[in-house]
Amino acid sequence: MSHHIIDLQNVHYRYPDGTQALSGISFRIIHGESVGIVGANGAGKSTLLLQISGTLLPTDGSVRIGEIVLSKKTVKEIRKKIGFVFQDPDDQIFMPTVYEDVAFGPLHLGWTLENVEQSAIKALEKVNCLALKDRPPHKLSMGQKRAVSIASVIAMDPDILVMDEPSSNLDPRSRRQLIQLLKTFDHSKIIASHDLDMVLELCERTIILGEGRIAADGTTQELFSDEKLLEENGLEKPLSLQYQRLRVAK
Amino acid sequence: MASFDSTFLDLGRLDNLSYNDTIIHRIDPRAKLLVTVGFIVVVVSFPKYAVTSLVPLFFFPILMVYLAELPVGFLLKKLLIVSPFAVFIGIFNPFLDREVLVHLGPFNITGGWISFGSVILRFVLTVGAALILIATTSFPGICNALDRLKVPRLFVVQLMLLYRFIFVLTEEALRMVRARRMRSFDKKRPGLKQFVQMVGLLFLRTLERAERIYLAMRSRGFDGEIRTVKRLRFTLRDLLFLSLFITLFAVFRFYNPSQLLGNLVFQAFQQ
Repeated sequence: MSHHIIDLQNVHYRYPDGTQALSGISFRIIHGESVGIVGANGAGKSTLLLQISGTLLPTDGSVRIGEIVLSKKTVKEIRKKIGFVFQDPDDQIFMPTVYEDVAFGPLHLGWTLENVEQSAIKALEKVNCLALKDRPPHKLSMGQKRAVSIASVIAMDPDILVMDEPSSNLDPRSRRQLIQLLKTFDHSKIIASHDLDMVLELCERTIILGEGRIAADGTTQELFSDEKLLEENGLEKPLSLQYQRLRVAK
Repeated sequence: MASFDSTFLDLGRLDNLSYNDTIIHRIDPRAKLLVTVGFIVVVVSFPKYAVTSLVPLFFFPILMVYLAELPVGFLLKKLLIVSPFAVFIGIFNPFLDREVLVHLGPFNITGGWISFGSVILRFVLTVGAALILIATTSFPGICNALDRLKVPRLFVVQLMLLYRFIFVLTEEALRMVRARRMRSFDKKRPGLKQFVQMVGLLFLRTLERAERIYLAMRSRGFDGEIRTVKRLRFTLRDLLFLSLFITLFAVFRFYNPSQLLGNLVFQAFQQ
């Protein structure tokens, strides 16, 4: 299934105000892979996600999703393949009821009403939120909002899930539920997060960004054990790995 | 500014009411919307000096409040909050229209006072009916009804987004107000300059959020037109509700039940 490949080649991006956010990012993510993107604040994580979702076009270099090269003309096609989950569910959920929001994507992709209904119900079932379908979004808890915003994206049946800080503002139980849920997905996943423990659980591979460049790209386990590398990039060894070492030391 | 908290909660309370489950809440939003609009049209169509003929129409709000189990005090308070508008509209009538129309014992009542009373009654009836509609019908339901009744999409979408984000926006404003209050010990109210700055900041934040929302919409296939799933079913019960009330309103418009009743009693005494 070669069409789920994400391929970035020497991507540069400079914001209109002159800030150089990305300077020469290249990587390739193959079908079914889960990749964590970590880095200090301002390292370029969000900008990178916006490139992949086709919101910003690179000032130099190319982004390729499957066979399609990202450009103004192909943005629409690219967006069908990529499910983008925003950091703040209040941005993502914009319709007055949960069901209408989840049905929004499929409806606008021009699916038949029957298919729209089916996929919306299926997506809500998948995230365990079917019971909430007639609720207005402002009556949901943060965890529920997050689940619904994921449902509204997977209802469109994307090839690749791109998530910006999916575990932010969640209480420990909701966070755990989210992780379990994401484990059940077999989409390619790109997760940008500061929650390194979650990245460690969900992603085999991690890309560390620092000042708009790739500081490291490798298996999560390996990168997260390298204390020096982590510290250089404003990160800290995940608690679960620290605890492991303590146990060994005893 | 402490009242900001309670205003926000009041908004939430009205919204909460609309998600109750009573006979009235279960009726199709379209039927309720049409009945309410019909009611308002009838109330407004009465002649200028109508007072006694308006009174019987109170049966409708009272019946709805009773059937929908709405808290009367809360609704009256809401009415009171908007009442200045009605008072201002009618307040000059007594000064302009000094012709005496009714003699009530030693008192002479001028046309101005009667029309003023009529304005107030109409205000209570129409705004009350609108409040009851909001309190018995979920806002998405009303939007859906408007859409199905062929109200232009643009308006419906505006209302939908308004409802979705008014809570997000007020909460954001509430957080700002609280943060300010916590660090402004003695000064209870923000000065004009501070207030303007806060409103400006809120506006900027809203602008940024709007951009993100637009992005979210685009990434899910939004192309300038919002499509919605139609999920309303108009049953026989809804039809009954609609036709019953519209007929009643029509009857009340052209016959005055209180006068009819009065005449009847009068005739009975005469015999």
